[in-house]
Amino acid sequence: MTNNKQNRARLLQGNEACVQGALYAGLNFFAGYPITPSTEIAEGLSRELPKIGGKFIQMEDEIGSIAAVIGASNAGSKAMTATSGPGFSLMQENIGYAYMTETPCVIVDVQRGGPSTGLPTKISQSDIMQARWGTHGDYTAITLAPSSVKECFEQTVRAFNLSERFRTPVTVLTDEVLGHMREMMIIPEPGELEVRHRIKPDVPADWYKHFELTANFVSPMAAFGEGYRYNVSGLTHDQAGFPTNVAAEIKEKLDKLKLKIERFSDEIVNLRTEMMDDAKIAVISCGTVARAAIQAVKIARENRLKVGAIQPLTLWPFPDAQIRELLANVRKVVVAELNMGQVVHEIRRIVPDHTEVYFLGRYDGEVMPPQQIFEKIKEVK
Amino acid sequence: MATDVQQKSDVTHHYLRAKKKFPNVWCAGCGNGIVMGALIRAIDRLGLDKDGVAVVSGIGCSSRLPVYLDFNTLHTTHGRALAFATGVKFAKPELKVIVITGDGDALAIGGNHFIHACRRNIDITTILINNKIYGMTGGQFSPTTTAGAHATTAPYGNYEKQFDISKLAIAAGASYVARGTVYHVQQLEKLIQGAISKKGFAVVEAVSNCHTYYGRMNREGDAVAMIGWMKDHAMPIQAAVKLPPEKMAGKFVTGLLHETDATEFCEEYRMLVERLAAKEESK
Ligand SMILES: Cc1ncc(C[n+]2csc(CCOP(=O)(O)OP(=O)(O)O)c2C)c(N)n1
Ligand code: SF4
Repeated sequence: MTNNKQNRARLLQGNEACVQGALYAGLNFFAGYPITPSTEIAEGLSRELPKIGGKFIQMEDEIGSIAAVIGASNAGSKAMTATSGPGFSLMQENIGYAYMTETPCVIVDVQRGGPSTGLPTKISQSDIMQARWGTHGDYTAITLAPSSVKECFEQTVRAFNLSERFRTPVTVLTDEVLGHMREMMIIPEPGELEVRHRIKPDVPADWYKHFELTANFVSPMAAFGEGYRYNVSGLTHDQAGFPTNVAAEIKEKLDKLKLKIERFSDEIVNLRTEMMDDAKIAVISCGTVARAAIQAVKIARENRLKVGAIQPLTLWPFPDAQIRELLANVRKVVVAELNMGQVVHEIRRIVPDHTEVYFLGRYDGEVMPPQQIFEKIKEVK
Repeated sequence: MATDVQQKSDVTHHYLRAKKKFPNVWCAGCGNGIVMGALIRAIDRLGLDKDGVAVVSGIGCSSRLPVYLDFNTLHTTHGRALAFATGVKFAKPELKVIVITGDGDALAIGGNHFIHACRRNIDITTILINNKIYGMTGGQFSPTTTAGAHATTAPYGNYEKQFDISKLAIAAGASYVARGTVYHVQQLEKLIQGAISKKGFAVVEAVSNCHTYYGRMNREGDAVAMIGWMKDHAMPIQAAVKLPPEKMAGKFVTGLLHETDATEFCEEYRMLVERLAAKEESK
């Protein structure tokens, strides 16, 4: 290691890596409400943000936290909140407001077991569908799923970039184990990772439309106080931001929310593969489980089984085309998750009929060891 | 010579998004428009730059108000205006932030945000239009509906107790608490002006009329009759303090009810940032 690298080497928790990643991405506003196992993110930012002139506020609840985040983003901040299951549920109405008003912001959900108060100190991956469908109405979500401390950092940076690029909320799904696990990582130097900012309007104030339909469906975004004086509303609105009941305008708005993400999913989708080249059996998993899956694949290979692993780092939009391509010569798929079956439905939706899909779920608050995955591989082979 | 009235209407037009979404959604005679006029004139008197004003609201008839105004406007979710406004203000303290909310919006679904905004003493002016009913959803009772009054969800008369908005705001820590009515327009305008000028959390309760629901269900007459009732029952605080309690029966107090000076939230945070920076420098 070079001296410089040594200086930037840190032993961090996943939650701390989210803090560092957010700061690297230019976070300057955080609002949150304490909840296990995410609290270290709020604690870390309450320490760091005032030191750099950024804003930290502990709100009265999670509904208020995400509201303050959206308000701050409209005032020009890069804003984030962090929570876990119960808080994520409380935020849903206002997350919908962020989709509708196309307000960039980042939500870190450190998953724990549920439903309800569930298992505050135990791991789960049961918010995957909530991250996609949690709020009412039609919209398209972006959700990222890191599996290591380093990835917590990188995916948090990426979450900010995507939220600024697409003017939309982005969820980072981690979990109790990842949030609290410590690993070494080298903090990237400034400039080493890309950091994006929302596009600002270049038209005179009179011409500005806050929700203008552009070629790539993303509208330039002015902040409050910059001379544009626009209206933002959660009511379905026209391009200028005023409530509408006109069928054509309603459809145009909802299409925009979908197309701005779907048409550019190649920019968003990101996955990792392990020994998929000649694989006949694929293990698909995300987050903490993907670590065990890679170990399981290694054990399988030692046992002369042609097994590979696929790990979506982007959960939403779901990497349909990429996974379909990877499964072209695969006969059997094991989907391993810490829930009663969420990603498995997506896999069943996209695979050809002749592919056999097996589900391996665990929802007792424990991690899934490689051996458990290997046993399943042996069972289905 | 331009009359005073004419000048005032010109002033109003200057602040309306006249080219945009009119007519408005309100019933003819609704007090919301009167509050909007008073707010505009107060802002004009203060000579605020339009670009430097953000008006935030929740959901309800009253909360539609910002959409008509030529400022930075954020029409949010039911009850949450103050939490959104807290984000706007804290992110950009140089903005004048004004919240428009109804009695249901601020005190039922948004009650938690209301008391905590008071407690933080963040520099936001809240204009709480109190028509004692849920107007937008068609006349259900609210936390300020008079005991015994009828509402679509209180068909036998309201058996719940009421919030006293000003007492609640004072107890929770607001710096400026006032009450006006849509009859006493000039007083309302002055109270709003005072609230915006105040550094800290300011609440102006604007007693208003929903003749469409409250008036009809409680036989209180049309808009004129309901606003006339305010004229007969409002007692300015200066007079009220001199009256014996029996003379105050059935009346309600208007005017500036409470004012204190306490450190404002964003200011407190700015001082913390400066302290930390100084510590860093001295290292
Ligand atoms: C979460 C949620 N719950 C309920 C509603 C329905 N709703 C819309 S306005 C309103 C009440 C508004 O009453 P108030 O704040 O007193 O305003 P007014 O219409 O009387 O001006 C309700 C219950 C909603 N929009 N959102
Ligand atoms: S329903 Fe009541 S509060 Fe709503 S606009 Fe009509 S009069 Fe005003």
